[in-house]
Amino acid sequence: MSQSAKADGDQGKAGASALGRALAWLPALLEPVMRFAQRVLGARRMPWLFLAPNLLIFGTFTFLPIIINFYYAFTGGVKLFPSERPFTGMENLATLFDCRDYFDPSTCRKDIFWQAVYNTAKFAVLQVGLMVVFSVITALVLNRKIIGRGFWRGVYFYPVLLSPVVVALIWKWILQSQGVLNGLLVGVGVAPTEWLTSASWMFFWVILVSIWAHMGFYTLIVLAGLQAIPKDLYDAAQMDSASPWRVLRRITLPLLMPNLLVVIVLALIRAVQIFDEVFVLTGGGPGTATTFLVQFIYQTGFAEAIHLYGLAAAASLVLAGALLVLTLLQLKIAGGGEIKDGKAKGGAGHA
Amino acid sequence: MPDALRFLTRTSGRARLDWTDWLSYAYLFVGLFLMFGPVLWIVMSSFKTQSGLTDFPPSFLPYGQKSVQVAGNEARLPLYRVKMPDGSTRELAELRRIGLTATMIDPAKPGEEIPVNIKDREKTSELRVATENYTELFGKLSFGRYLWNSVFITVVATLITLLFNSMAAFALSKYRFRGQKTVFLLIIATLMIPPTIILVPNFLVISNLGLLNSLWGVIWPAVATPTGVFLLRQYMLTIPDELLDAARMDHASEWQIYWRIVLPLTAPALAVLAIFSVMWRWNDFLWPLIVLSRSELFTLQLALNAFQGELQTEWNYLLAMTVITIIPVTLVFAFLQKHITTGIASSGVK
Amino acid sequence: MSTLQLKHIDKRFGDTVVLRDIDLEAAEGEFVALVGPSGCGKSTLLRIISGLEPTTAGEIILDGKRVNDVSAAERGLAMVFQSYALYPHMTVYQNMAFGLENTGTPKAEIERKIGDAARMLQLDVLLQRRPTQLSGGQRQRVAIGRAIVRNPKLFLFDEPLSNLDAELRVQMRAEIIALHQRLKTGMIYVTHDQVEAMTMADKIVVLRAGQVEQTGTPLELYNSPQNRFVAGFIGSPRMNFIEAVVTARDGRGLTLALAGFEPQATINVAVDPAAAAHGTAVMLGVRPEHLEVAEGAGAPDTVTVQIAQVEQLGGHGFIHCTLPTSKRSLVVQFQGQIASRAGATVTLRIPPAACHVFSTAAGEPALPPLHGAG
Repeated sequence: MSQSAKADGDQGKAGASALGRALAWLPALLEPVMRFAQRVLGARRMPWLFLAPNLLIFGTFTFLPIIINFYYAFTGGVKLFPSERPFTGMENLATLFDCRDYFDPSTCRKDIFWQAVYNTAKFAVLQVGLMVVFSVITALVLNRKIIGRGFWRGVYFYPVLLSPVVVALIWKWILQSQGVLNGLLVGVGVAPTEWLTSASWMFFWVILVSIWAHMGFYTLIVLAGLQAIPKDLYDAAQMDSASPWRVLRRITLPLLMPNLLVVIVLALIRAVQIFDEVFVLTGGGPGTATTFLVQFIYQTGFAEAIHLYGLAAAASLVLAGALLVLTLLQLKIAGGGEIKDGKAKGGAGHA
Repeated sequence: MPDALRFLTRTSGRARLDWTDWLSYAYLFVGLFLMFGPVLWIVMSSFKTQSGLTDFPPSFLPYGQKSVQVAGNEARLPLYRVKMPDGSTRELAELRRIGLTATMIDPAKPGEEIPVNIKDREKTSELRVATENYTELFGKLSFGRYLWNSVFITVVATLITLLFNSMAAFALSKYRFRGQKTVFLLIIATLMIPPTIILVPNFLVISNLGLLNSLWGVIWPAVATPTGVFLLRQYMLTIPDELLDAARMDHASEWQIYWRIVLPLTAPALAVLAIFSVMWRWNDFLWPLIVLSRSELFTLQLALNAFQGELQTEWNYLLAMTVITIIPVTLVFAFLQKHITTGIASSGVK
Repeated sequence: MSTLQLKHIDKRFGDTVVLRDIDLEAAEGEFVALVGPSGCGKSTLLRIISGLEPTTAGEIILDGKRVNDVSAAERGLAMVFQSYALYPHMTVYQNMAFGLENTGTPKAEIERKIGDAARMLQLDVLLQRRPTQLSGGQRQRVAIGRAIVRNPKLFLFDEPLSNLDAELRVQMRAEIIALHQRLKTGMIYVTHDQVEAMTMADKIVVLRAGQVEQTGTPLELYNSPQNRFVAGFIGSPRMNFIEAVVTARDGRGLTLALAGFEPQATINVAVDPAAAAHGTAVMLGVRPEHLEVAEGAGAPDTVTVQIAQVEQLGGHGFIHCTLPTSKRSLVVQFQGQIASRAGATVTLRIPPAACHVFSTAAGEPALPPLHGAG
């Protein structure tokens, strides 16, 4: 029998099969329709019928939009319907890239865009760097012989499940001028700080909050990588009288490296798309200190009085370019671009 | 030095704890505080009264100022502990306050008004759980409406996700047909296309379909998840093909094979996807923010966002609402943590 | 009670030819074994018969009707799979009922049929168990039971015993034979184990590389294999093969000079002398159980070899011999027990009537025996 199906199946069987029975009415209801379909189409064409709903939705909400996005990026005006939009060629992209000095956003025509690009780059590097370090340390600790490992693993994972809005509200409440953080500072005799209105502090907190919210996910992946390292290697190292430090340096980290690279690229892909929690926490401010690329797209296309869809779409192309580079990097790392059998780790989006 | 280290770590795994174990546990407890502390703080704060929330420095437990009914006054008056000029301390109620001077009266002797410098007094607090933050939510803020919207989107989208994704996964794992590889690669490719970069055109598609300001406008784009197809396909690959052959010999139609043989055997993976889908839809923000602009269609997340952006944020209600939003997630976490973590560890997707 | 006919069946997966021009006939109630080494196409052939796999060319005729385009479900056959393919999420009862439910059989009849089958296979007490709670032999019986309740025209077995241990395999073999005698329904049985085929089948079809090498009753295959492959495949231990050259021909047959012996050995074999010219290189085949340990050297039809190893099993045993000037070795089966040890030399008699001679031409066909001999 299928070993893996069975092994997995046994643990959650009671709950899962109860759930299954409760939901069986849906496919049962469709049975007469499908029986008829099979008679008309023949068994050989049935897989296409099974695929149809998914492909229809992917087509409508992913592939079609990708094509339209290009159209938008190369047309101008403020109208939503493509036929009402004049073709402007590279104008949108040119507007975005109109700078006297690329390293000084204030000299750019779209200074907010460049500010957002730099903020995003800075954020991605710092956040991913710190988060990976914390994830590895946490995973190493969780991989030790500790009491209640499942509980501790859950502790670090819990914030991952919270919605971005909730995450932002929690921290906003903590960081506000009369919040608990300032309360604690006063308690130990330090002057309180206006965290929410200080640009540099806010950038720091945005990084910290996003690490707080996402670290558990990466810790899990690193932990899975650690647990995949064969135990007898450690036994062998012990026989070779290796010190714990050398075991970490020469055995654990090198063997963890492939896993770690995947984690880094995955985290970068997500960091570049940072939006929700920052938007609610800071609204992009103070000033433009925490305005990131996706927020620029959102504001340009939807939030501001004049909806510049073309400019937003052009900015999307820039973001897509960055993501494409990272994704190709990821595929290369994950095994020479082979995505045949379950080796395509992760992905960019949430869903 | 290495010798000392080795000597020290040699006991790890035995009954006695060495310093690296102590360090590990210290790290874990700090982590416990940092990870749960903020959430706990929100929960505690959500039980404070509006005035209790403005206290600085804040207290951990929900203290509220004591108040008292004084004859001749309709409203209840706040109580203060006042240091009198003669050095004694009395408990007085505040009648009114002008500048630095408050006019206070003794609840026992309502006739006599006493002027007090506000430096000389201190609020009299008592432990008071402000459950009205929660009970008043429903009447006041069409909270029930937001809750219903969130629940509707989450439940319906999850059901459709499970159905559609398992159908596609079944076709991709259990048949061999021309174009199969292309379809699979296309679906995997959508895994690489984050929704954020197709916001604008998707908005056009949704408005053309007349789904703008409709809950279905949030549901439909979300139900075909590449993650789900991928996860289920990997699982279905482990189901032996001979079972399907046996079912074919048993006169089963292809649809019957799908839902009577393959679906029940995929139950553990379906459960994982169901959990993921519930989390995704419950927590969705950016896409609903774009599709739903009428406030009666807001999900909880949108309501929270709109509410916190107001000039006069009523934090007591906002905090209560936040806590309610966290509850389902926390329940899922408490009971299904193992499924989630193994699901993530085995598929590498969130 | 049905007959099955396959006519010129071809099967290709892309460019790979899996089956080529297969003809097969199974009479009413006949037990046919498809046997061959792994990769010979026997399982594919069974799946073609079942309807789970379409043919590339050729006809499948069931009870005189062409069924190529009839789906697996409609052919009215039942199959027992190598892994048993029991639905793990259903009880034994549900497993057996699934097919009947799909054809709209009334509930009472389902119950009766499963009851009958369960009694026959001693599954009565297991009906509410799940497959994971059963032993290998019990699962096997459930798989057979699931096939029986369908009341099929033919039973198809795909290596059903290969997942069982040796003892259980012998037991289940007997049960399937008994079942066949009781039901009298035709069975097509795929196996790679020639012992299973020999002991169970009325007719054996030997397949190699997608082609039928020989069809016949078990003893026909044993006594007169049509080529060297069949000769080597049927019989245990394997037939011995010795290179030889035709040195003389007469009315009694051929005289062969055997390669690899010291002193030079020649033997006479009862093969039609017209079949091979003088000087032709041939392959002599003789089964271990037909070689005899002779008393003295120098007698006709004897060879002298050195013993490499002796396996004593008590009731019988085997001598493994090495040929002095060839890499080939000989296996001899003896009855009872012998005193010879490794290292000693032994004289073997090769009875002319027990010899098979194969051409070294492509396909290595057997040379026809001398008329009246063999």
